[in-house]
Amino acid sequence: MIEHNGDTGSTATATPPAPRNRGGRPRGRQRAHVPERRGSRRRIPFHARLRRDWQLLLMTLPALVLLAVFHYTPTLGNIIAFQEYNPWDGLLGSPWVGFAQFERLFADPRFWHAVGNTLMIATIQLVFFFPIPIALAILLDSVLTRKLRLVLQSIVYMPHFFSWVLVVTLFQQILGGAGLFSQVLRQNGYAPLEVMSNPDAFLFVVTSQMIWKDAGWGTIIFLAALAAINQNLYESAAVDGAGRWRRMWHITLPGLRPVIILLLILKLGDVLNVGFEQFYLQRDAFGSGVSEVLDTFIYHQTLVTGNFSAGAVAGLVKGIVGLILILLANKLAHKMGEHGIYRRA
Amino acid sequence: MSTLFSERPVWAERPSLPARVTKSVTLVAIALVIVFPLYIVILTSLSPASAVNDAGGLVLVPRGVSFAAYSDLFSGGVVTRAVLVSLGITTAGTLVSLVATILAAYGLSRPGSLWHRPLLFAVLLTFLFAPGMIPLYLLVSNVGLIDNYWSLILPTAVNAFNLVVMRAFFMNLPQEIGDSARVDGASEWTILTRLVLPMSKGVTAVIGLFYAVGYWNAFFNAILYINDNAKWPLQLILRQYVQQGQQLSSSSVIGDAVHGSASAPNLAIQMAIVVVALVPVTFVYPLVQKHFTKGVIIGAVKG
Repeated sequence: MIEHNGDTGSTATATPPAPRNRGGRPRGRQRAHVPERRGSRRRIPFHARLRRDWQLLLMTLPALVLLAVFHYTPTLGNIIAFQEYNPWDGLLGSPWVGFAQFERLFADPRFWHAVGNTLMIATIQLVFFFPIPIALAILLDSVLTRKLRLVLQSIVYMPHFFSWVLVVTLFQQILGGAGLFSQVLRQNGYAPLEVMSNPDAFLFVVTSQMIWKDAGWGTIIFLAALAAINQNLYESAAVDGAGRWRRMWHITLPGLRPVIILLLILKLGDVLNVGFEQFYLQRDAFGSGVSEVLDTFIYHQTLVTGNFSAGAVAGLVKGIVGLILILLANKLAHKMGEHGIYRRA
Repeated sequence: MSTLFSERPVWAERPSLPARVTKSVTLVAIALVIVFPLYIVILTSLSPASAVNDAGGLVLVPRGVSFAAYSDLFSGGVVTRAVLVSLGITTAGTLVSLVATILAAYGLSRPGSLWHRPLLFAVLLTFLFAPGMIPLYLLVSNVGLIDNYWSLILPTAVNAFNLVVMRAFFMNLPQEIGDSARVDGASEWTILTRLVLPMSKGVTAVIGLFYAVGYWNAFFNAILYINDNAKWPLQLILRQYVQQGQQLSSSSVIGDAVHGSASAPNLAIQMAIVVVALVPVTFVYPLVQKHFTKGVIIGAVKG
């Protein structure tokens, strides 16, 4: 059904004709979907529009109420970052302390330690995780038998739907001190493996887990981009004598370029969000020295020590920096995206 | 090997033998890395005590089948309850999420409708910032939802990304159908349920799966909001008894019926818990998988 996108969108009120093959996450695309309101709409008086659209408004109500209560209200709740909040006095009774919480946070070496770990993990993800779905997508795309390709796709997508508890548990069962490899090693008189508790191996272990869980799922967007490459290009290149690798270099990779750039930029806007559960779950095994990221810092700062304002202030700083990064990244993506379309046209 | 490369276009040269071998080996290795741990876990959970003891741990080669671990788990103890809790939350949550998302996606899908732009903007704005763990915790606790199952549903009930994907899908459906029904006097509700939804089965299935998997896998929210371990969902049980390896010998874990003496080995029971956490996802997902490529995601990419 969705394949008809481009054709059905040409009705007067709907989408502007969408550029084909434009890579990118849906977020970027939705903006293109906001229709231009036609001048005639504005002349309809308010009560007539209300009478016409009240059913639609009623339908949006549940979702908007949920977002208002569980997204916007707690966002306002961030004001406790300027307080010495305690649950007994509540939001109104707790003393206001201005920026004291911020000063305390920025003076806390554990905070900077968590920031350092977060950035380290994000960098490792970018260097070692990011290219893998691209390579895997090219590999899967080169499997010519449709059935086999579908089977392989089903297998590699699957771990994306497992919870982090499950993934960490599976890794422990295979690589842990009591796991399969250690079991075989021990039975043959060797020392058991210690990767799952060795702080030096932490980055390696968490990156492997991310790859195992999400590299396959990450191929979807690249497979879609690959499918959109004009097959005639390959044929003419082959006729002109370009070999397999030259075709990949001159056709496949340029075809993926817009998607790669867009995802890369969006990833940069998201560096502070490396996840919570994966690190929380392995904090005991590896120690907080290597595994404390911003989110686990906030969690332990607050819900373990009971200091709500300290956690809120760290969360607020993270949120503000994240917001700035996303806005910058979107701006960058917009520029590069246009560039990409221009190049393709 | 010949079937692997059979649908080759005429212009493409046949790759060299080493290239073909390398590719096949890589693909098989990737598939094995994913499937092998699952195989070991499932096999061990189904193995009788003798097989587990002989292997000295996880079982690699099948030797007999025993459902003792599963009958222990489902004899009415902690795990049984956790499975029911997780199933309940997943069912109720997915329903709430789908209803709210579909209604709002449809409500915002008509260009030029009243307040359409500001409302959509309010939805899109949630992409830009998260409220933060602590203020959200305080809100949930202030409205009295701590240790209440709704705390695992309501805060994550509406995902703006899913809503926007759904809305884009609705907007791409032929508008004329709705228009003519409207001229005939059909209400929006009728148009949505009789015309739009039947044309949107694929996208509904995919987004339903995303929501359902989210609820089934929910861990962090349960850590935050559910203090009473009698109310724990399955993922927390999985963590406590398998990842952290807490002993299962106490009668509370397995059913009272067996009075604390498990008939299956500890490891088999642990692996059975893993399988129970795994199975719903692996069974539901292939049903929906065919819609991934043709459904929302590709639509989003192709723009």
